[in-house]
Parts: sequence; C-alpha cells; structure tokens
Amino acid sequence: MSPVVPPPAVALGVLLPVLVVLAAAAVVLVLDVLPPRDSKAHLGGVALAGIIGALLAIVMRWGTDARAFRDMVLLDTYALYFDLVICYAAALIVMFSMDYLGRTGSESGEYYSLLLFSTAGMMLMASAGDLIVVFLALELMSLSLYVLAGFFKQRLTSGEASMKYFLLGAFASSFLLYGIALIYGATGSTNLDRIAAAAATRNAEPMVLIGLAMMLVGFGFKISSVPFHMWAPDVYEGAPTSVTAFIATGSKAAAFAAMIRVLVVALRGAQPDWSALLWALAALTMTVGNVVALAQSNLKRLLAYSSIAHVGYMLMGLVAGGGPGPGAVLFYLLAYTFTTVGAFGAIALCARAGEEAVEVSDYAGLARRHPVLAATLALFFLSLIGIPPLAGFVAKFYLFGAAVRAGYIWLTVIAVLNSAVAAYYYLRVIVYMYMREPDGEPVAVAPSLAGGLALTLAVAGIVILGLMPAPFADLAQVAVAPLLR
Amino acid sequence: MPLGAYLTLAALVFAIGLFGVLTRRNAVGILLGIELMLNAVNINLVAFARFSGDLGGILFTLFTIAITVAEVAVGLAIVIVIFRVRRTVEADHLDLLRG
Amino acid sequence: MTYAPMLMVFAFAALVAGALLFLPKLAAPRRLTPVKAEPFECGKDPMEISEGRFAIKFSTVAIFFILIDIELLFVWPWAMLYRRLGWFGFAEMLVFLGILMLGFFYIWRKGGLEWE
Repeated sequence: MSPVVPPPAVALGVLLPVLVVLAAAAVVLVLDVLPPRDSKAHLGGVALAGIIGALLAIVMRWGTDARAFRDMVLLDTYALYFDLVICYAAALIVMFSMDYLGRTGSESGEYYSLLLFSTAGMMLMASAGDLIVVFLALELMSLSLYVLAGFFKQRLTSGEASMKYFLLGAFASSFLLYGIALIYGATGSTNLDRIAAAAATRNAEPMVLIGLAMMLVGFGFKISSVPFHMWAPDVYEGAPTSVTAFIATGSKAAAFAAMIRVLVVALRGAQPDWSALLWALAALTMTVGNVVALAQSNLKRLLAYSSIAHVGYMLMGLVAGGGPGPGAVLFYLLAYTFTTVGAFGAIALCARAGEEAVEVSDYAGLARRHPVLAATLALFFLSLIGIPPLAGFVAKFYLFGAAVRAGYIWLTVIAVLNSAVAAYYYLRVIVYMYMREPDGEPVAVAPSLAGGLALTLAVAGIVILGLMPAPFADLAQVAVAPLLR
Repeated sequence: MPLGAYLTLAALVFAIGLFGVLTRRNAVGILLGIELMLNAVNINLVAFARFSGDLGGILFTLFTIAITVAEVAVGLAIVIVIFRVRRTVEADHLDLLRG
Repeated sequence: MTYAPMLMVFAFAALVAGALLFLPKLAAPRRLTPVKAEPFECGKDPMEISEGRFAIKFSTVAIFFILIDIELLFVWPWAMLYRRLGWFGFAEMLVFLGILMLGFFYIWRKGGLEWE
C-alpha cells in the first residue's frame, strides 16, 4: 500500500471573516425552510448579525499578516481594509432591504443568503493570492448578484436586467479566464508572487501582454469602465434598488481589490504597459460617464453613469502608481461606498403613486414635505460632486494630488474638467428637490427604522471622512503597504 | 503534437464561441457560445499543464468545469423565470430597458 | 514563437466575423414580403410544435441533476487517492458532502423535488 499523504496544515483563522459570513448565509438558508415559514422578518436580523460578526473578526485580525492554503488566501491589511469596506456596505444594504423588501412584497430568505454569499465572494476576492481564487471568488460574487438582480420575479425589467447582467457577465468572465490561462502558460504558475518572480527572469513575453489585456477586459466589465460599461445603466435601472446599491459599491470595490493586487503584485514587470492602457481607459471612462449622465432623466440611470465616471477617477490612481496612487484609490473607494450606498438607500425609501420613485422629476418638492430626507440626499449628491468639507472632496483631493505628483498633468486636467461637468447633473436633482413643485401626486417617503438608522450611519460616514480624513488616509496607506514589498 | 497546435485549437474554439455570442439572438444560443469560450480556456489550461508538468493547470480546470456548470444552471434558471413572465427568450425582444 | 498561430487565428476570426456581420448589410437587398416573414415557408401555418412543449418542471429537475452530478468531479480524484489520503481526506469529504447535503435539504424543503 502506498504511504499516507501527510495532512496539510489547515489554517482556518485566515478565512475567519469569510467563514463567518458563509456560516450566516447557511443559517439563513436553513432558517428559511424551518417554521415559522410565513414570517421572514427575522432573517434580515440574522444576516445583519452575521455581517457584524465578520466585522468583529476583521477588527480582531487587524495587524496580523497571515497567508494559508499554499499562499492561495492572504489576510493582510490590504484584504482586511477591503473586507471592512465591503462588510460596511453589506450591513447598510441589509438594513435598507428590511423594509424595502416588505414594501415590495418580496421578503424572503434567499435574498439575504444570496446577499451574504456574494459578500463572501467579494471578501475572498480581496484576499486572493492566486488567480484560481480570484476566479472562484469572482464567480461566487457574480452568480449571486445575477440572481439578486432578477429578484422581483413578476417585474419584467428586473428579469431583463438579470438576463443582461448574466449574459454580459459570463461573456466577460470567459475573457478573464482566457487571460488567466495565457498568463499561467507564460509563467508556469497561478500564484501572484510566483508569476511576478517568473516574469522578472524573462524578457517581456507577448503572451503575458495578451493575457493582461484579456484580464483587463474581464475586470473592466466588473468595475464598469468604458468601453465595457454598456450593461451598467440597464442593470442598475432594472434591478431592485437595494441590489443596485450593492452592485454599485460592493462588487466594484471587490473587483478593484483583485485588479489592483493582480496588477501591482503579479504584473509589476508590465507596469509601463498596463499604465498606458489604463490612462486611456481612465480618460475615456470619466468623460463618457459624465457626458452621458447629463442626458439622463431616470435617477437610477443617472447614478449608474455617475458611478462609471467615478471609476474613471479611480483608474487615475492606478495609473499614478507607486504607493500614493493605490492608497488614494482605496480612500476614494471608502468615500464612494459611503456616499453611493446612502444615495441608493434614500431612493429606496421614496415612492410615488405606488411605484418606486426613480425619475428625477418625481423628486420635485421633496424638500418641503420631507426636509430631512431631502437634506440627506442633497448631502450625498454634494459629496459626489466633491464639495468641501464632505468625503467626496477629500477623496478627489488625494487622488488628483497623487496623479499630479506622478506627473500625469493632462489626465488630471481632464479629471478636473469632468468634475465641473458632473456638478451640473447632480445640482439639477437638488434644484428639483428644493425649487420645483410636484406635478400631480407628490413623492411619499416610507417610514423605516432600520432605513433611517442606515441613512444616519452613511451621513455620519461622509461627514467624518470629510472633516478628519487623516486617520483614514493613513489607514489606506497602511493597507497598500503589503502590495509594495 | 507541439503546444502551438493545442493553443491554436483553443483559439479556434474561443473564436467560434465569440462569433456565436455576437451573432445569436436567442438567449440560450448566446449561452452556448459562452460555454464554448469557457471550454476553449480548459483546453488551454490542460495543454499548458501537460507541457510544463505542473498540475496546477489541471486543478484549475476542475474548478472551471464546476463553475461553468453553476453558471449554466443560473443562466437557465433566469431564462425560465423570464419565459414564465414574457413567453420569449429572444434577446432582441428584451428591450424594456433602453441600452 | 509558439503563440504566433494563436494570434493569427484571432486576427483571422475577427476578420471573418466582421466581414460576415457587415457585408450582408452593405450588399444584400432587403425586400421583406409577407411570405418571407412567415416562420415556415411552405404548407399551412403551424398550430404548434408537433411534440408539444416540454413542461417547465423537466428543466428544473435537469438543473438540480446537473448541479449535484457535477460534484462527482471532485469526488472522483478523491476516490482514486482515498487510501493514501487517510483520515484527513475522509473528514474533508464529509465536510464537502455535508455542505452539498445542506443545499439538497434546501431544495427538498422548498418543494423543488415535488413533481406535481
């Protein structure tokens, strides 16, 4: 008989935050089919408890730099930082969902478990030290989100959004996978560190470059950068608003996490090549996003194009490179997540004539009837424009500063011009809320305890980030440090 | 057979799948094209693993096959849900969202 | 240059696909007559597909089948090495199948296996 293979070391501690979320997802699934089967209100609480548990695990593991499963999973400060951003977004979205689902009559267990599964996929993407894990985590996240986008089964637009998201997403991941295969073929490994080591000993291989380009197609789709952005407005519009918030923040943060790690760690040898490619992508993305947003009358589509424009700004930080560039991107992602989750959450609370209020004109006169909600929404839009002293301003300041210091003056000029254009369409919404009278039935706001709490948390986030950004900026710099070794 | 032959085969299968995705108007047809593209990657991975003697590629293939099947299951489920409501799976008919 | 043929295939495929997509639009005359717009070109209008439609429950069951079936992919290499993996391998497989059974339990309790 052949000898017994010695059991490998199993360090589950490195997966702890992800495992907590997965366990909560499994508990929600099982509770869903156990009595009481008619009431699903408690499942949201279970999901929220799971995410808070994961947040505690993240805080507990902070400062330790661990790797396990033959370097496939890394739990360094970089991964923990993204886990924090993702769990924060997930927690707020669960809170917004509790009443939103009840109002739209689709309260169910699988919603929360899918949300948790995709959260786990996102967290795993940030921890991936191997291209296999990048792909598996990306699919775990995406497959859950495809289903969530079509969660309003009786609503045609929801099913259509789900189908479009699925077909284009699967298409993009086949490109990503092809790129991974080529890089594996050129370097003989799927491990990020070993890819970097193998690439350093050889001359620039054309195969690595083709692989890089194909991977950028896949990642470009997930972060919705132009020209791979066509799905975003349709999916954002058709999907349930709470799911839209998660697609716009969590999945974008996770895709950035994996993309930055792959580019900065594994493909650092090809930096001049991807930097040039991303320069063009960044300029194109922010310009197209902002210009098309000018013409939107649907608020969810407007925010979709605005989120595309913000991706353009963030790509700028990657172009700038070094330590400050990615650090500024991480800080920007934090500010963007706070703001965007809050904005979509506020939209989810509004309804008009029994429908969700999604047209900009629906919001006419909101300030007079619901001054607090209007002020909150205005605050989010001002942060998205980048008005001091809100989070969006500081984030843009760091990002543009990093780009200028790296010598990308022209790109910064394009970005500043774009920010000026963007102010127009955000201010238009504020003008509607404060200076127009409603045409017909005014917009109604559903009272919601959890939703109100989540809005308060989001507002607190953007104000604190705006007033004292230094500790968080330091945090972002500490987080990128493991990549630069 | 040299490595180039396998890579060319994979590239051909990938290109055929890509052509299918771009020209098909039926959601299930598009799904089939995507499947071809993903399986082309599997050919690549196995060929690379065979020629470099590294098992990582074969391991990766196992995972991609499983993921591909999960993707098909989700895709067909979405198609069924849409068909129940709309009675069509033609991608051209899905035009409620401007885009 | 092992990869040159691969690149050539991509270039060729892009060329052919592009040509096939755009040449007809340029060259072909478009005269749509009512006869041409019919789904079948000869005989009477079809009432329905001859075998009738498959009930949607067939596809639901097929999806469940393929999802559980594909897990054999992971069981098979494990079974080949079962004796060499020892107790650790046994415990790992129990965990794997346990998670799989959780999904099965969910399908069952949700009524996914009911035929009627």
